[in-house]
Amino acid sequence: MRFGVLQFPGSCDDRDALLACRRMGEARLVWHTDEDLEGIDVVVIPGGFSYGDYLRAGAIARFAPAMEAVARHADAGRPVLGVCNGFQVLCESGLLPGALLTNESLRFVCRQVDVVVENAGTAFTRECRKGDRLSIPVKHQSGRYFAPPEELEALEERGGVVLRYAPGHNPNGSMRDIAGVANERGNVVGVMPHPEHAVDPLTGSDDGLRLFASAVAHAGGHEPLSVSA
Amino acid sequence: MKAKVLIRPKEGILDPQGKAVERALPALGFDGVSHVRVGRLVELETDDPDSLAELCEKLLANPLIEDYEIELNGGGT
Repeated sequence: MRFGVLQFPGSCDDRDALLACRRMGEARLVWHTDEDLEGIDVVVIPGGFSYGDYLRAGAIARFAPAMEAVARHADAGRPVLGVCNGFQVLCESGLLPGALLTNESLRFVCRQVDVVVENAGTAFTRECRKGDRLSIPVKHQSGRYFAPPEELEALEERGGVVLRYAPGHNPNGSMRDIAGVANERGNVVGVMPHPEHAVDPLTGSDDGLRLFASAVAHAGGHEPLSVSA
Repeated sequence: MKAKVLIRPKEGILDPQGKAVERALPALGFDGVSHVRVGRLVELETDDPDSLAELCEKLLANPLIEDYEIELNGGGT
């Protein structure tokens, strides 16, 4: 099982993402000009400030050669996870619906939040159960999920909402407390909270590991290995 | 040809920047100002003004959340 973690100028969570992936399998960095994802089963687009967040967060990164390869990877039904800035990049690329706007408070938020698993059928949540509550940190200034009303309804109906902030935990004013969404096939997932920062009880929680474990189960074509209560 | 592209948040989308500006004004003695919306202005020069709309759709604006207006400064540079 091999993970590929994208690295743009301005990425800053690539190292933590790499370490998280290595708890589950092999992992290597993929520089933004690389067009080759040969041998990579799971793509992770990490957080940070790709291209300085110029214009809009994620707007420039979508044109990177590596993103064309990611689009092909996604089209082939293989798993792609975008975290924070990676989520913004996936929305800007059109691989996920919606957009992420400046937090309602205009402030950068950095705190541990609880999120609830809404769809346990995606490539990154199949080692969870619907209703599971995960403790994962957020740290962002543009994380307010937005989609036009009709698109939001369609998203809800098809189970596209993967994670929702637990009641009282919405840090940014996201519509319907949405913390993560998936494409229709469930192989492309974007989340604002950082599962790669929640992989060890020493730093507060290892709930984030379940997203990476899910990808392994999915990419390996296995049934879920186990579902923790 | 020189052009200006004015980009603003779509109507109905909460614009916290505009709200923050609006809330700051009374403290400075500017009363009666409302509906403040903060956007951005892109100035550019182009050889192909016909492609500007596509350029806006693909990069300068995110049509899901932003409206844009293109203003051409006729007469070129």
